[in-house]
Amino acid sequence: MDSQLLQYLPVLILLLVAIGFAGSTLALSVILGKTGRRTATKDIAYECGMLPEGPGSARMSVKFYLVALLFVLFDIEVVFLYPWAVIYKQMLRENAALILGGMVSFLGVLFVGFLYALKKRAFDWTR
Amino acid sequence: MDAIYYLDPTTQFVLFSIVKIVVAFVITLTFVAYAVLAERKISAWIQDRVGPNRATPFFAQYLPVIGPALVRLGIFQPMADGLKFLLKEDFTPAYVRKVYFWLAPALTAIPAFMTIAVIPFGSTLGNPNNPMVIADLNVGILYSFGIVSLGVYGIVLAGYASNSKYPFLGGIRSSAQMISYEIAMGMSVVAVFMVIGDLNLSKVVEYQGANILHWMAWKQPLAFFIFLVSAFAETNRLPFDLPESESELVGGYHTEYSSMKFALFFLGEYANMIAASAMMVTLFFGGWAYPWGGGAAQGFLGGVGHIVCFLVKMLVLMGVFIWVRWMFPRFRYDQLMDLGWRRFIPLALVNILVTALVLAALND
Repeated sequence: MDSQLLQYLPVLILLLVAIGFAGSTLALSVILGKTGRRTATKDIAYECGMLPEGPGSARMSVKFYLVALLFVLFDIEVVFLYPWAVIYKQMLRENAALILGGMVSFLGVLFVGFLYALKKRAFDWTR
Repeated sequence: MDAIYYLDPTTQFVLFSIVKIVVAFVITLTFVAYAVLAERKISAWIQDRVGPNRATPFFAQYLPVIGPALVRLGIFQPMADGLKFLLKEDFTPAYVRKVYFWLAPALTAIPAFMTIAVIPFGSTLGNPNNPMVIADLNVGILYSFGIVSLGVYGIVLAGYASNSKYPFLGGIRSSAQMISYEIAMGMSVVAVFMVIGDLNLSKVVEYQGANILHWMAWKQPLAFFIFLVSAFAETNRLPFDLPESESELVGGYHTEYSSMKFALFFLGEYANMIAASAMMVTLFFGGWAYPWGGGAAQGFLGGVGHIVCFLVKMLVLMGVFIWVRWMFPRFRYDQLMDLGWRRFIPLALVNILVTALVLAALND
């Protein structure tokens, strides 16, 4: 097998072990666990002992969508930073202006976007 | 025992891997069980209480002095807890979304255990071809960030599957919090990798190996601080435990869960805490290297020494996790988001910029 792929074999084995562990403990608790009676009261959603009101999944604030959108944007930025970080020192010797200037301009553009989101009060949760 | 060295390298590699995985997995599970006990005991001491001191197995009475002492320390408590989790009623309420309800606990626990794969927990045990890391990936840190992100799915699914208001709110809060702090966390370590120049975590340890002065925590204190605080948010622990803030959401996303399904969430949380501590030890505190340095181990005992050194450093950081829990009040949600987005992200960016400039200045 290719040695690059072989590196990932232990990850696969660990995944199987983890899945096996999670699956077997869940199965064991079904087999060994006490079987109680199913009553109508027991099947009510827990709301501190009160009868549940309205649908189970309440409407949520649109802010959460905004966070998810911004996350996608900035997480991709972070992913782009890693390869740059790794070769940074090495590139400094060859072409310092390119490696530093390139990333400063990239971060600058993104920082403008960050300031825009800030100005639009996307991170302000008090409202 | 020597027969193993006559096998071809691939078979050897697979066999070594399986042994390492099983041992690491069992050790992690034990650590999780006793982290719960440590949490309860340390909480008790901080609050001037006694803590768990009752669980007594039948064989404790045959151990003359040690038996009662161990019982007082609560050493048998995790065993009793584990047994109880197995034997309690595993109730699936009628109103839940069944498939996701069963999937969510497994999806929380599995990524938590997967993170340990890339962490070098020791040098070698005498055989230089067999480093003490489960998977020595060249993309190390990217792998662990990827896996940590997967943990969000379990929590979101738990909130969605429960089809009930408290879990729903807990799940949605938790996901927003975890993805927010993931950015700050990811950005903070970029500066570390700029200094080191390799994403492989074994190389990271090697770089810091010389002695205590080479540890990354001194060279990148701001990165360490951001990483530490983000780790608290990522593992949903106080002062950022809004997803399960008892006083408002009962238990958050696991309110409707019982028995082993609940235990898997608990396990996942503590396994994440262990993984975060291990990651911090690797990135900022020299991994398995002794404070006075020394390089890779020559013999079996030296290797064990390195593993012990790693575990001790990890335990200290886990102690910090537990300690902080009782030192700070819980943040408000807007304060939490404010800290993550408006403080840490610009701060991490500035840290990257400063590191870049300093490295450029030093180069000439």
